Amino acid sequence: MWDVEFTRLLIPALLTGLWVTVQATVLGYALALVLGLAVAMVRRVKVVGGIVFVVTEFIRTTPVLVQLVFIFSLSALSDVSPLTIGIVVLGVHYSTYTAEVYRSGIEGVAKGQWEACRALSLPSHRVWGAVVLPQAIRKVIPALGNYLIAMFKDTPLLFAISVPEMLSVANDLGGQYFRSFEAYTLVGAAFLLVAVPSAVVIRRLERRYAAV
Amino acid sequence: MDFVINALPLYWEGALLTIRLTLFGAVLAFVLAVVVGTLGTVRNRTARAVAMVYTEVFRGVAALVLLYWFGYSFVEITGFRLTTEFAAILALGLNIGAYGAEVVRSSINAVPRAQTEAAVALNMTWWRRTRLVVFPQAWAQMLPTFGNLVIELMKATAIVSILGLTDLTKVANDFRASAVADTFTVYAVALVGYFLFAQVLIVLVRLLERRANRKLGRPTDDSLLGLLRPPSIGTTTGGAR
Amino acid sequence: MEPGNEPLIKFDSVVKRFGDNVVLDGLDLDVNAGERVTLIGPSGSGKTTILRLLMTLEHVNGGTIWVGGRPFSHMYRGDKLVPASEKYLREHRKTIGMVFQQFNLFPNMTVRKNVTEGPVHSLGVPKEEASERAVELLEMVGLADKIDAHPTQLSGGQQQRVAIARALAMRPEILLLDEVTSALDPELVAGVLDVLREIARETDITMLCVTHEMAFARDVSDRVFMFDAGRIAESGPPEQIFGDPHEDRTKSFLKAVLEHD
Repeated sequence: MWDVEFTRLLIPALLTGLWVTVQATVLGYALALVLGLAVAMVRRVKVVGGIVFVVTEFIRTTPVLVQLVFIFSLSALSDVSPLTIGIVVLGVHYSTYTAEVYRSGIEGVAKGQWEACRALSLPSHRVWGAVVLPQAIRKVIPALGNYLIAMFKDTPLLFAISVPEMLSVANDLGGQYFRSFEAYTLVGAAFLLVAVPSAVVIRRLERRYAAV
Repeated sequence: MDFVINALPLYWEGALLTIRLTLFGAVLAFVLAVVVGTLGTVRNRTARAVAMVYTEVFRGVAALVLLYWFGYSFVEITGFRLTTEFAAILALGLNIGAYGAEVVRSSINAVPRAQTEAAVALNMTWWRRTRLVVFPQAWAQMLPTFGNLVIELMKATAIVSILGLTDLTKVANDFRASAVADTFTVYAVALVGYFLFAQVLIVLVRLLERRANRKLGRPTDDSLLGLLRPPSIGTTTGGAR
Repeated sequence: MEPGNEPLIKFDSVVKRFGDNVVLDGLDLDVNAGERVTLIGPSGSGKTTILRLLMTLEHVNGGTIWVGGRPFSHMYRGDKLVPASEKYLREHRKTIGMVFQQFNLFPNMTVRKNVTEGPVHSLGVPKEEASERAVELLEMVGLADKIDAHPTQLSGGQQQRVAIARALAMRPEILLLDEVTSALDPELVAGVLDVLREIARETDITMLCVTHEMAFARDVSDRVFMFDAGRIAESGPPEQIFGDPHEDRTKSFLKAVLEHD
């Protein structure tokens, strides 16, 4: 029932797809981490913060798939690669999640910490950089880690804008050989192979940081 | 603008499929979440292992991959072809249900043990304890996260467009392909549609939350604006509390 | 065995460990039907564990608990005693009620539901009957007007009086009181103790109290057990324990507690 010959052919091809997936995840996540922090900090500013909030809510409550094809279509005439578009759209989409995580971390910092900063007249870069963020981020590391896994699991959507990630490779080969069972099952297995151990790591992180 | 007005009926047709998938997917996910989540809290090891395997597998695999598997691979091994819509409901329900199961499990575990003890002191059976004492209290805690999950589910329904079903996304794709309007407008309308749908879902979940908190005698924010406040995203996964 | 001569509750060399920590070390303890017994002693001496074992919230690691002449922590399989099954426990713990230090009312139910839940669903009492009884009991604890309130709307003292009504609604033969006033603000303690005095006066329920209220212990109990490190250091009628303690351990404990008051 399981076609071993076909599997031999599939695995190296899927690995090249996995490499694309990893690139998209790592770069997109880096963008989400930085942009999310910026959003979380800007949101504390009065009017601008309100506008930023509405925009992030809009991005967060609409499908990333539509955002992908939208931006992909808009830039159809430019020579930006689909992978780059994928990285940017995923990164921006997930920055709306990481922003919420940072925000809850920042709000979790005791009021007395801010007051102590005021009492010492610390400049704001020290308030954020030396007092608030180190405490806030430590607490939210596991939650941020979750979004790394979530993002990894969203990369098959890049298939829709013709990025040659794993699912698209499986789709091509499956169509060529009229065998989709092995192809898609292996893709699923590959996801499990990455997702399950990373979930274990996150749980460790939670135990380590949640206690603080 | 003319385009938008003329195209609205077609968008609405697509939106109906999006709504249907969200609804059925949510029902399946909810049932799975409650059953598997509760299994995860019992003393029996086998039951807990089954619950764990389910959550890890269906959380671990992307919904789109599941959809391809149910849509294309399933027929090859069983000879039984699922309609794409049914495959989508299965894929989405199983996927979101796995996340939901974690929420149910951790919420049940978060109900103080003393509550169970008081129920034992009244000689209540496991079933009654769970149904009448533990679950109603866990329910209030689950709801905000369920609110987030149903929005994730709604967003994930867009993947059916890749397999050719005419949902809100596919309608926009088709308009763009036929070049009847500019790309920006075509997708902006679809995105606004999703956004509005999400707001409706947020309000519905908020109303449920208020009811649940009232039942627990907790103060509720009864302002109209409070209804639109999006649920905050949890900072921990289930489990660690 | 005549039921009259047999103690109602009998701990027979009971051992209870939490991990490496031995809380009860071969404890023997008898309580007769209708007796009011108070357990005093420093915290961590195993008093609360005795109540929790009787309520089946914990299970023994050694020895046997007997209630009403029948095994309670265990059951017979043939001639052999084996740890009791959940089914067996459900049949036998019906006769025992418990009031907790932290009240543990169900926040998702009104006061009425809290009080009727046990009788209706574990004893099969008809709803109306249970509801009438709830009114009576709430009158007794002075909270009839709060019957449709939510627990969160009540003060700690009121919650604890509801919890007492809830335990009595099960018509227990044995009532376990686990430091029921320890979580209360000082001005609310008297109201709860008055209710308990009334129960002691009006009923013949067997009562086991863990308490730090020495005056209350002296008033209501027939016998006082002084606990120390999982063993009974001394036991006797309250006049003797409080008036003329024999053991040094009891003397120093009482001195510390009474000076504090």
